[in-house]
Amino acid sequence: MKIPAERIVIVFSWACALLLLGCVAVIVGYLFIKGGRVLDLELVFGDSSPIDAFMLKNQVYSGLWPAIVGTLSLVAAAIFFAVPVGVASGIYLAEYSRGRVKGVFSLFFDILASIPSIIVGLFGFSIAVFLHQHFSERIYPCLLISALSLAFLVLPYIIRTTQVALESVPLSVRQTAPALGASRLQNIRHVLLPGSFSSLAGGIVLAMGRCAEDTAVIMLTGVVASAGIPRSVLDNYEALPFYIYYISAQYSDAEELAGGFGAALILIIICLMLFSIAFLVKNRFMHQMTRI
Amino acid sequence: MRKEILVEKILFVTAAGSVFATAGVFLFMFYLGLPVITGGHLGDLFTSPWAPEQGLYGIRSMVAGSLLISILSLVFAFPLSLGCSIFIAVLNPGKMGWILKRTVQFMTGIPTVVYGFVGIFLLVPLIRNLFEYGSGMSILTAAFLLAILITPTMVLIFSESFRRVPVSYLDAVKALGGNPVQAFIHVILPYSWQGIIAGLVLAVGRAMGDTMISLMVAGNSVGLPRSILDSGRTLTGHIGLIIAADFDSLEFKSLFACGMILYVFTALIVTTARGLHYRKGAGSFK
Repeated sequence: MKIPAERIVIVFSWACALLLLGCVAVIVGYLFIKGGRVLDLELVFGDSSPIDAFMLKNQVYSGLWPAIVGTLSLVAAAIFFAVPVGVASGIYLAEYSRGRVKGVFSLFFDILASIPSIIVGLFGFSIAVFLHQHFSERIYPCLLISALSLAFLVLPYIIRTTQVALESVPLSVRQTAPALGASRLQNIRHVLLPGSFSSLAGGIVLAMGRCAEDTAVIMLTGVVASAGIPRSVLDNYEALPFYIYYISAQYSDAEELAGGFGAALILIIICLMLFSIAFLVKNRFMHQMTRI
Repeated sequence: MRKEILVEKILFVTAAGSVFATAGVFLFMFYLGLPVITGGHLGDLFTSPWAPEQGLYGIRSMVAGSLLISILSLVFAFPLSLGCSIFIAVLNPGKMGWILKRTVQFMTGIPTVVYGFVGIFLLVPLIRNLFEYGSGMSILTAAFLLAILITPTMVLIFSESFRRVPVSYLDAVKALGGNPVQAFIHVILPYSWQGIIAGLVLAVGRAMGDTMISLMVAGNSVGLPRSILDSGRTLTGHIGLIIAADFDSLEFKSLFACGMILYVFTALIVTTARGLHYRKGAGSFK
């Protein structure tokens, strides 16, 4: 016979586990049922044919296609900016910095990681207005500003991922090349980076997921409800998360609402796919490490 | 050899640039928000209501909204997270423990805007019918959803700190004839309280920093909330709602005061959590 305190812990813990599983099941299930019912080619491409839309032959104004293209280009551009800076900073943090410098830098990167995304958005917006007033009339909140702000938002993740990936290369592997006369740079280039590649790639894919889902940054830096496919990086654009937010606040009929559910379903599928890829890639890395 | 030094210099400049950009965000907000502070409006900021048409730009309702929503969400999420972490790290009943762990990891990949969207159509009507008060968009609604959002953060940190208890301690409990639950109550819990505090602190930061959930389901009214069933507006939601036609207006400048409050708050949170975490001699908590 167990004493009551222990029984309470067990019952409480089971209740919490079932409650959380239930909540997730309801949220995801509701979305899949409601979204699955409306999701079809017409919802995505409107009146245009999918092939024309893919080839970017004609502008698609109805449907979710512009928002999907907007989100994808946003993710690509943000990652393009964030990866070189993030990986370089991560390498510095892991392999070159020592003592006090390392402590101060990593404190700042932790602070950067915790800054609410709306503040990054406000910062991006202010920079855009500042540049507009002082440098060029042509600069206003646009795809480029959003991508740069998002890059800034995910920068700390990439830095941290790079640092952890490099630092977790086993000592036996780490010391082999220097023992054979390789310099520090050669060791990084030919041993450490290739050795931690999967872990690094996993982290970058996770950062892509964060770029795809973030709404607060882009709503201040140039996303609009209806713009078609952006023609240049200095244009306004549409994006899935903003579309979902916009519909939830502004929908006027059942058709628009259906678009919102479709968009939510597409976004969650994109994010979960990225999440699973990151997970698989990282697991492969763990596997490699245990083999070494 | 010169190439080596050049590369090291480039890497240093990049890393230092990222550090300066982080500090730069604060300095830029400070510079732009300066008129609010120097113009003798600092007192008004926390005492007056938000009424731009009367020239009043107080943000006390938003501060209250942010604090109420995050604390309430923590009240819901903390017991839930503790229970789930015990389930994963202590009870771990076969397949179920694995399923819960994977679900929690999977939850970190669900977009915030999706939580908000589902909340509007499921939770808001439920709250409206249950309490028969207002529109259903309330501080309570936002706190419920936010609780689900911050639970994975806490569960992952809690269960990790539970697992960090040395195996020899747990073996000692086993040798004395104790079961896993006894080990949890008498050994794991006292040993990992710092990890629990760190998880709590980071979860508050996450809750304060979230924009979309409160923006979508809290109702965004600017009055000072009197009950948790009232509609409310958070600092983050407030920034998100302002469509600034006039960049130089005092109305817009007051946003930077909101921004600075949020920045300082989250920076303090991170510093505290780091202090707690590093004392245990572990690596980064990210």
